[in-house]
Amino acid sequence: MTIAEIMPFSVLLPLIGAPVCAMLPGRRLPWLLCLIVVPGSLVIAGMTLDAALDAPLQYAFGNWPPPIGIAYRVDAANAFVAVLLAGIATALLPWARRSVNDDVPDRQGPFYALFLLALAGLMGITMTGDVFNVFVFLEISSLASYGLIAYGRDRRALLAAFRYLIMGTVGATFLLIGIGFLYIMTGTLNMVDLAERLPAVADTRTIDVALAFIIVGLALKLALVPLHLWLPAAYTYAPSFVSAFLAATATKVALYVMLRFIYTVFQPDLAFVILPLAPILLALALAAMLSGSWKALFQEDAKRVLAYSSIAQIGYMVLGVGLVTAAGLTASLLHMFNHGLIKAALFMGLGTVAYQAGSVRISRMRGLGREMPWTFTALALAGLSLVGLPPTAGFISKWYLINAALDAGQPWLVAAVLIASLMAVVYVGRVLEAAFMQPRPTDAKAVHEAPLALLLPLWLMVGANFYFGLDTRLTVGAAEAGARALMAGSGG
Amino acid sequence: MTTILSLFNYWAVIALMMVGYYCLIAHGNMIKKIMGLGIFQTSVFIMFISAGKVLGGSTPILREGVTEYSNPLPHVLILTAIVVGIATTAVALALAVRIQEAFGTIEDDQLSEADPEDAAGQ
Repeated sequence: MTIAEIMPFSVLLPLIGAPVCAMLPGRRLPWLLCLIVVPGSLVIAGMTLDAALDAPLQYAFGNWPPPIGIAYRVDAANAFVAVLLAGIATALLPWARRSVNDDVPDRQGPFYALFLLALAGLMGITMTGDVFNVFVFLEISSLASYGLIAYGRDRRALLAAFRYLIMGTVGATFLLIGIGFLYIMTGTLNMVDLAERLPAVADTRTIDVALAFIIVGLALKLALVPLHLWLPAAYTYAPSFVSAFLAATATKVALYVMLRFIYTVFQPDLAFVILPLAPILLALALAAMLSGSWKALFQEDAKRVLAYSSIAQIGYMVLGVGLVTAAGLTASLLHMFNHGLIKAALFMGLGTVAYQAGSVRISRMRGLGREMPWTFTALALAGLSLVGLPPTAGFISKWYLINAALDAGQPWLVAAVLIASLMAVVYVGRVLEAAFMQPRPTDAKAVHEAPLALLLPLWLMVGANFYFGLDTRLTVGAAEAGARALMAGSGG
Repeated sequence: MTTILSLFNYWAVIALMMVGYYCLIAHGNMIKKIMGLGIFQTSVFIMFISAGKVLGGSTPILREGVTEYSNPLPHVLILTAIVVGIATTAVALALAVRIQEAFGTIEDDQLSEADPEDAAGQ
């Protein structure tokens, strides 16, 4: 079998694993199944990235050649995102065991089945070369995430899931409307084929409207300000494992799809011309960076702090896109990967706190730094990465973003990036200050350091933040290749 | 007049879409929101399906004496989309049931009272 023939299994493994997992009894078996399926998916995604760096791979389902059949088409950009997805999922699993036992006390089969479905959906979105297929996988992953969020222990998780469902479905339906217009005008759903046929009908109002619907729909999924309202509650009340997984992956995939539509389907000379997309994205990115960071300053719940910080970080990624340069795109892809690492580490840290102390409200975390030094040191180091201090992964992507802004002749954007980073110092600092500086309330119950089963994966993830801050060959190389592949459009 | 009549299917789609979307936004009751969402999605399905009609074309089944067929692809796509829509409605209804059990209400304004911090975040 060639690598192109193995490639679809990175999606199929979790997809087939999900129904099996749902039927498994108890708590250990479903987790063990995930432990086989998800790393398998990662290995295949890694092999795919390795091959896709040279030339795009294509696999036609049922041997129907595109544009008639549905094809997976993987170049450096989507292989990079696929590795991020499967990598985060794999790294989270050893940690998930204890944390999920705490959040989902009995019968974890359905829970892990939803997790596998969400992963399969996200992987499918990244791999596919068919726009309708994107919609279907988007809905698979979204429906699974609504279910996962509703597993949260707090009853408000149900409300968060419902509100996310309403907004998410509206977003997906907007995407479907856009895809419908594209199909009506061109008669094809294959991305490469669309790219060839679109210029001929580019002057019509229908295509303008299609692009607008697609961008708005994806912005909803991406939680780009002002369409971010579903995100804070969803991340706050979801089980710790789900927060970590979704925060590190779901919004990144939505951004990837947006890039794919802008760069491959519409092509930049069309997308940025028929709509004033670059200034819109820049303005929204700035709004997201500043308002997200600002709101994060005043939250009482540490998970909500991170949720608002995610909104701000999405702003950084969109900022790179709004620059409309290869360097900006590289920075955007790079931050997508690095922010996945950062947020996974931070949410894992808070999940560990929640596991030991039962709450992640900042007022309840006072003095915990001395009770749980390993956990909070890990949180502090991951926080450094979020702020963007060298030698962390967060520094690398901000460095590339700032350079891209300077190259694009927009030095004032650097100021915005720095202001948002300073606010990050404050909101991360607030959590750490409470944990390390303030005394433990005398009436608080005793809390001990977390077990090794939670600490070890957490420290591995923190280590990854530093590793990818020092050795950037893989991340920068793949991000640059991904940006080139996107820029080359259908020709590449 | 001819524009209105020849594009009748699109006007119907727009009307349905607005009805559904208004229902989704204006109502605080979760069941009504779900109904609005259903109408909203259905309008998009109709848009796809009506776009597949070829004037003078017959049903897309291979048989003698017929050379012109309607485009079957949108129908197939929408079959998938309908399944997605049903799954969404099912999940939404299941959540509404759980919310009713946990909070004793499915009205948005009463839920906001039960949950002041979240309402501020919205």
